[in-house]
Amino acid sequence: MDYIWQAVLWIFTPENAFGEGGVIERVGQHLGYTVLSVSIAAVIAIPLGIYIGSTGRMRFLATSVTGAMRALPTLGLVAFFGLFLGASLVAPIAAIAILAIPPLLAGAYAGVESIDKQTITAARAQGMTEWQIVTQVEVPLASKLLWGGLRSSVLQVIATATVAAYLPLGGLGRFIFDGLPVRDYPQMLAGSLLVILLALASDWILAMTYRLIQPRGVAVALHIDRGQDANLLENLYSSDHSSKRKTP
Amino acid sequence: MNWVILNFEQIWQLALDHLALSIPPIVVGLLISLPLGWVAHRYRFSRGVMLAISGLLYTIPSLPLFIMLPVLLGTKILDPFNVIVALTMYAVALLVRSVAEAFDSVPDEVRQSSIAMGFSPAQRVLQVELPLAVPVIVAGLRVVSASTVSLVTVGSVIGVSSMGYFFMNGFQRNFPTEVLVGIVGTILIAAILDTVIVIAGRMLVPWTRVAVA
Repeated sequence: MDYIWQAVLWIFTPENAFGEGGVIERVGQHLGYTVLSVSIAAVIAIPLGIYIGSTGRMRFLATSVTGAMRALPTLGLVAFFGLFLGASLVAPIAAIAILAIPPLLAGAYAGVESIDKQTITAARAQGMTEWQIVTQVEVPLASKLLWGGLRSSVLQVIATATVAAYLPLGGLGRFIFDGLPVRDYPQMLAGSLLVILLALASDWILAMTYRLIQPRGVAVALHIDRGQDANLLENLYSSDHSSKRKTP
Repeated sequence: MNWVILNFEQIWQLALDHLALSIPPIVVGLLISLPLGWVAHRYRFSRGVMLAISGLLYTIPSLPLFIMLPVLLGTKILDPFNVIVALTMYAVALLVRSVAEAFDSVPDEVRQSSIAMGFSPAQRVLQVELPLAVPVIVAGLRVVSASTVSLVTVGSVIGVSSMGYFFMNGFQRNFPTEVLVGIVGTILIAAILDTVIVIAGRMLVPWTRVAVA
């Protein structure tokens, strides 16, 4: 436990916290890489996942890629990309983004796939265009699994960005790889603690965010699913409920 | 290809090291998860707690965990034991849920019939519920096996030898072939363990083959 104390002291020592390569800069870099690579992955994976889920075409891609990717060692992929794309920022970001794709793809695919086909047919019968069906029916109904995919993707990226620091890349993994050769255990531990905190905090914030943006219909359906209140649907339309909604 | 032949001895040795680091977490993880998962299945209140803890555990990235564990275990930082403990924790985190869901999947009529036939609670769990839960447990175990084999390579960062050594060494020497050998080797090990688990799973539930035929 002595070491933990040393690591905490290390983090709060002003020359370690501020300035170039300090804790604050490294946290910022780590978050920056995460947002950048998850965004790249999302632009590719989410439309593809929705397409596969709603058409059923190329389903093998969603199931096999996500299965095989689990065994693909992140460290190896990062090293391989590092050698081919050179020491620029492109290599690590590309490797990290590729590893962020499977959870997003699986989430989007599974979310859309799990929607009752009658719901889609009903939407079409109502005269909704295909685009409206995707944006107003499929995405909201798939949102829970889709968001789950985003959460695991973010965690995957935070972990991979740590390992990718040996390329070399900035971010919190820097503390681990800088401390390792000189056996500066407090510094390595400080980096590790910060990564763990960042991962836990990001996951928690994303979980809370979903509560805010979750479509109301999905919230009701989930509630009924859990069997917590079978009358919830009725309550939703009762006057009692509408009065409850006004309280902030 | 030449490089593979010339260095076959080293590749083989690292493959064995890799297996020695992968198998204990999978086996010990399963042994710990079986009772925990059953408790999570049986007692509703414990399920929420256990799934929350395992979700939290699974959130922790592997490399930081490898570095944290020596503080908690009193081990040396280069001790392979740290990697084994960390991977066992991940295995338990994943498997508790699978085992609980596996026991959930046992049809209630079967459970009721076994009680009516006079099975004691222990007999019922071990002789009726557990065998019927095997297919779902095997599915969870395959996920654990693949991710464990892949995560073992991260240990090479802190000097615990496995196929991951080729990633570090190949990168430092600017030699892509070596990195590629490490990646292919890791995937092969994962594929072999996966096959073993699938075959073992089939042998444990011979009646499913009869049902299909």
